[in-house]
Amino acid sequence: MSGALLKRPAIAVPAAILLLIVLLAVVGPWLAPQPFDAIDFDADWGAAPSAAHIFGTDDLGRDLFARVCVGGRLSLAVGFVSTLVSLAIGIVWGATAGWFGGRIDAVMMRIVDILYALPFMFFVILLMVLFGRHWLLIFVAIGAVSWLDMARIVRGQTLALRRQPFVDAAVVSGLGNAAILVRHVLPNLLGVVIVCATLTIPQAILVESFLSFLGLGIQEPATSWGALVNDGARAMEATPWGLIFPAVFLVLTLLAFNLLGDALRAALDEPRR
Amino acid sequence: MLNRAAMRLLTAVPTLFVLVGLSFFLMHAAPGGPFDSERSLAPEIEARLAAQFHLDEPAWMQFGRYLGGLVQGDLGPSLQYESRSVASLIADGAPVSAAVGAAALLLALIGGVALGALAAMRRDGWLDRSVMVLALVGLSLPSYVVAPVLILVFALQLPWLPAGGWDGPASVLLPAVALALPQLAAIARLTRGALGEVLAAPWIRTARAKGLPERLIVFRHALKPALLPVVSWLGPAAAGLMTGSVVVEQVFGIPGIGRYFVQGALNRDYTLVLGVVLFYGALVIAFNFLVDLAYGALDPQARLE
Repeated sequence: MSGALLKRPAIAVPAAILLLIVLLAVVGPWLAPQPFDAIDFDADWGAAPSAAHIFGTDDLGRDLFARVCVGGRLSLAVGFVSTLVSLAIGIVWGATAGWFGGRIDAVMMRIVDILYALPFMFFVILLMVLFGRHWLLIFVAIGAVSWLDMARIVRGQTLALRRQPFVDAAVVSGLGNAAILVRHVLPNLLGVVIVCATLTIPQAILVESFLSFLGLGIQEPATSWGALVNDGARAMEATPWGLIFPAVFLVLTLLAFNLLGDALRAALDEPRR
Repeated sequence: MLNRAAMRLLTAVPTLFVLVGLSFFLMHAAPGGPFDSERSLAPEIEARLAAQFHLDEPAWMQFGRYLGGLVQGDLGPSLQYESRSVASLIADGAPVSAAVGAAALLLALIGGVALGALAAMRRDGWLDRSVMVLALVGLSLPSYVVAPVLILVFALQLPWLPAGGWDGPASVLLPAVALALPQLAAIARLTRGALGEVLAAPWIRTARAKGLPERLIVFRHALKPALLPVVSWLGPAAAGLMTGSVVVEQVFGIPGIGRYFVQGALNRDYTLVLGVVLFYGALVIAFNFLVDLAYGALDPQARLE
């Protein structure tokens, strides 16, 4: 199954791009001429890309390549961890609502509707401003606001699954609710959950970089793509590479995740042979 | 859908109450206060200020006082902007934010529907493919990347438009484009998907069989039902525009409401932040209410529900 999927260019190309970006973020800092937070006193401040600093340096003389890689580690980590948080909340919420149905379902989904109608980002901003900018809080806060889509999708799928004969069989054979959910419902949710998660990761990366752009996300000396874009935008007239490199990596990553999620969804929707 | 709209109105008050309550206690639980500035005040002055704004009372009493004012339509005084009321600050910023937001929404709607319709009419052709790829690129371009690039190109390299600030209609354009882009992309994708489905329906085949020109089929018959998902997207889109405005107003230095929010939270200007949260919350709910009504008007089936 997965082998056949990887033969499709619409899936293989974005997956390969993502793999490369992740690899670069992990390995890159070791390839860089100096640590991401070290200052090269021989180079000019805001030096243009050159053999010594292939992405140039920032306005403090720090190697931009190392900074983009290290920033990528954080942005990607936020994407993955926050998505795991949103998966956990979304699956439990959605599966519970879909499985029990009736009034429980109505109340739970009504809550999701109401939360949908709130300008949620404002809560994240408030949280970040008010309670310091601890990276753990960033993960949890972003995860906690992005589970709504997951809950809706999981709930719809669970509702459909509940009417399947194999679920009836499990009920008749005396299996408890929790056991049926874990053993029979969850495995069948895997496809939609993977698609939704693939599309949640870029959202989480976006939110983190949004916060960092406002100066509310990750704090110096740590950095992320959003923080780098912010720094770059301030000095873009004199040193445009400071904006261009982190922006390209950020946009390329978001685009690859979106392409991958789209292609996976299309593959999932195809009739099974 | 009327049921849904009525439900929306009924839940509006409790929703706003929860919103204000959460924000209020979140802010009061956070360390720091509105008068911890870099120059520290004499303790007597700080005590007087605290007493003046009732900050020396327990939090629940302050909350009660705030709600009491709210019921009478009073958002209270700002703690940072001396002798300004929160209502007057919002009233100053709202027209500016609204102008940019409305321009962005209009741009996203017209551009998105047009591109989506174009793609759906040329399904699986090169035009369709390129529009869809472009839409995905648009979704992946955050406004804080687009905004500086727009400034760099259209204000600094080509001196056509102002790089920021607020004078005249020309200064609406760049912020509106930066704000609209992701929504435009989302609407294009929605329109293309929905219109594609409608165009495959039997009653469209009937229209084709009767020899109607494609243009009429699309614009007179297919577009209206295909716009339903776009209409229901407008609620989340409005919320997205408001969130985006925080960044865009900052990048372009626009005197709207968005920048009050972050600045207010940083300065612990409790009343200002609450006022802005309440304003945005009410606006989003109002928008969703209108969307519900529009949905009912567009879809006869929804009226019966």
